[in-house]
Amino acid sequence: MSGLEIQDVSMRFDLPNGGHVQALQNVSLSIKQGEIMSVLGPSGCGKTTLLNIVAGFLAPTEGEVVLNGHRVEGPDAERGMVFQQGALFEWMSVRDNVSFGPRMAGKRAAEWRENVDHLLDVVGLQDFKEKMVYELSGGMQQRVALARCLANDPDVILMDEPLGALDALTREKMQGLVLKLWKETGKTIILITHSVEEALLLGEHLLVMAPRPGRIHREYHLPFADLGVGKDLREIKKLPDFGERREEILGMIWDMEEEIMGRSEEAA
Amino acid sequence: MTQIFSDLIRELAVLFLSVVSALPAIIGYVAIILLFMLAWRVIRNRLTRAQDYTSLKTVTFGDESAVISDKSASVISVVLVFVIWGAFTGSGWLPGFLHAPGPFVGEAEFVYTVEEGNGARDDAAVTVIVHRTGEVPETPEVPPGDGFAKNDVLIVQAYRTKLLRWDANDEATRNDGAKIVAINGVPLTREADVDTGFGRVALTDKGTLNFEPGKGWQMEDIWLPAPDSVWRRLLSISREGYQNVTLAEHLSYSLFRVIVGFLLGALVGIPLGYAMGLSNWFRGWFDPIVEFMRPVPPLALIPLVIIWAGIGEQGKIILLFLAALWIMAIAARAGVSGVAISKVHAAYSLGASPLQIMRHVIVPNSLPEIFTGARVAMGVCWGTVVAAELVAAEKGVGKMIVAASKFQDTDVVLMGIILIGIIGFGIDMLMRRCERWLVPWKGRI
Ligand SMILES: Nc1ncnc2c1ncn2[C@@H]1O[C@H](COP(=O)(O)OP(=O)(O)OP(=O)(O)O)[C@@H](O)[C@H]1O
Ligand SMILES: [Mg+2]
Repeated sequence: MSGLEIQDVSMRFDLPNGGHVQALQNVSLSIKQGEIMSVLGPSGCGKTTLLNIVAGFLAPTEGEVVLNGHRVEGPDAERGMVFQQGALFEWMSVRDNVSFGPRMAGKRAAEWRENVDHLLDVVGLQDFKEKMVYELSGGMQQRVALARCLANDPDVILMDEPLGALDALTREKMQGLVLKLWKETGKTIILITHSVEEALLLGEHLLVMAPRPGRIHREYHLPFADLGVGKDLREIKKLPDFGERREEILGMIWDMEEEIMGRSEEAA
Repeated sequence: MTQIFSDLIRELAVLFLSVVSALPAIIGYVAIILLFMLAWRVIRNRLTRAQDYTSLKTVTFGDESAVISDKSASVISVVLVFVIWGAFTGSGWLPGFLHAPGPFVGEAEFVYTVEEGNGARDDAAVTVIVHRTGEVPETPEVPPGDGFAKNDVLIVQAYRTKLLRWDANDEATRNDGAKIVAINGVPLTREADVDTGFGRVALTDKGTLNFEPGKGWQMEDIWLPAPDSVWRRLLSISREGYQNVTLAEHLSYSLFRVIVGFLLGALVGIPLGYAMGLSNWFRGWFDPIVEFMRPVPPLALIPLVIIWAGIGEQGKIILLFLAALWIMAIAARAGVSGVAISKVHAAYSLGASPLQIMRHVIVPNSLPEIFTGARVAMGVCWGTVVAAELVAAEKGVGKMIVAASKFQDTDVVLMGIILIGIIGFGIDMLMRRCERWLVPWKGRI
């Protein structure tokens, strides 16, 4: 059994004031090995919570996550994580950041040097190996984070708004890079985003979540990620199908937001 | 209670009065600052017209980033401190015309007029010799002069006063009912002193004269020695020592205590802070202790430490250890708590073990905070050691300056204070250097 199974996961946070938040309710989902899935949804619908459960940082109150036939109990090198920002180690050079995983596994430099150098080439940072990470721009730092994750050769890569802090142009380039790496490495990727376009471009499998309680609203299987590999993503965005899907999902999220606003107005 | 209140109000009034009396000096100083600013502006504009980013800004007032410490102002300000110091102490480093008027020194004369009981008057001259501290002038022979009042000689040290028993050699004495009615022809009474131009003459209750030579504007050596005499004292003390202890010994004892106390404090405080940052139980256990001990100034512990450990090295090291301990513990705790959870999560996802995360994430991440704490702790330790030595010690800079103050060796006291300042500053610079070298990422995240 390969792939990632999320089985009937619920997450309930008790609040100090005695109340509670149902961050996730009965979420079931299966992701095939080598699939890239993007997750969309209004703020607070439990996307990060879901990702943290898959990463093993949180234990669900109900249900379980199964990867390749075994239950997820905690964080592990088989599930790599790329954060929005600030998760690099400032006290290390770019190369030391990227080689962190292999080094912690006790591998000698000879074993990882070639792979690390190759990954730095792939993300276009060959000239910045010896630099400290605070000397890099935000986009370069995200590429380091990607390379660091890949250097550890995880089965699943989890990304929480990895491109959220980047400017539009850098972001577009990074989207191409993510697609390229996905195809080249064949990793299973889950990527959270707030951008509908990004979700469509990078989501072979697209999940739209709804809030209160956090749950799956719609699932799509889309061709754009496959089409986009190695291509100019702007061309993909011009496809009529792409436009339709975008409008449909935008409308869906818009309605959800309206409903949230309405509900909070009623409450007030 | 009302007693205390009214006493405090009185204190406040006295304080207010002395502030008011200092106002002219303060205003004068501010005027000098502004004067130099304008003068420097004119000079600089003549010299260059820099076109850097800051000088091209049109909005500078209120733009914090446009405010850079002006090096020239710093230099002028420091030089001015020495000039003012030198001017009011008659320093040999300053040309004479910059000196504030000094005390009267030398020979002068005033004339007193004696009136006998029967109304007969006679004049006699007093030769006054005012000499500097430490000099012993010869007593000149003066002719007694004619009449029943005879001439006198009065030898006074500058800044001191002296009584003149004018009738010791006169034919009419106070016992005969003779008394002095005028100095230099100006009437003299108990209430009205006479200014002779080089000093004041006052009549005492017993009818003798009290002479006070003119002080001028300069400070007396035991109030404020000149910068050059402090410097000379530094040279002589660094060669010969003070009270049988060399300067190097005094300094090394103080530094030794600070370094050992600080290191012990860090050695215990950092692990304690880590434990508090990493474990609920330890945090709960030590929070009340640390939060209580932190606001207790180390100086307040001196009496207790003396009672417990005496005045030897141990007591002082315990004191400095306590001074550094809480600061370092709090800094380490803050460093651990300050680690972004995403970094720890990332490290776990990369397969690191808790120990590896400690070593490669938590410790380096806490270093900037620890360095900030270390700088504060070093400063506090340095201040505390001097204070502790003031109270009880055999050697150390603090000891040196209290001993000197007992003998009124003000130059040694000043030299000690300046050395304490320089060393404290040096320690801080050294810590900053280490910081830039060891945690270059500080403040750049
Ligand atoms: N540790 C926690 N304690 C209590 N409530 C929490 C906790 N973490 C998350 N929540 C709640 O769970 C819900 C889902 O949060 P989550 O961070 O997963 O949302 P999200 O979809 O990632 O939002 P965003 O798009 O803003 O990142 C929110 O209502 C949030 O308030
Ligand atoms: Mg006489």
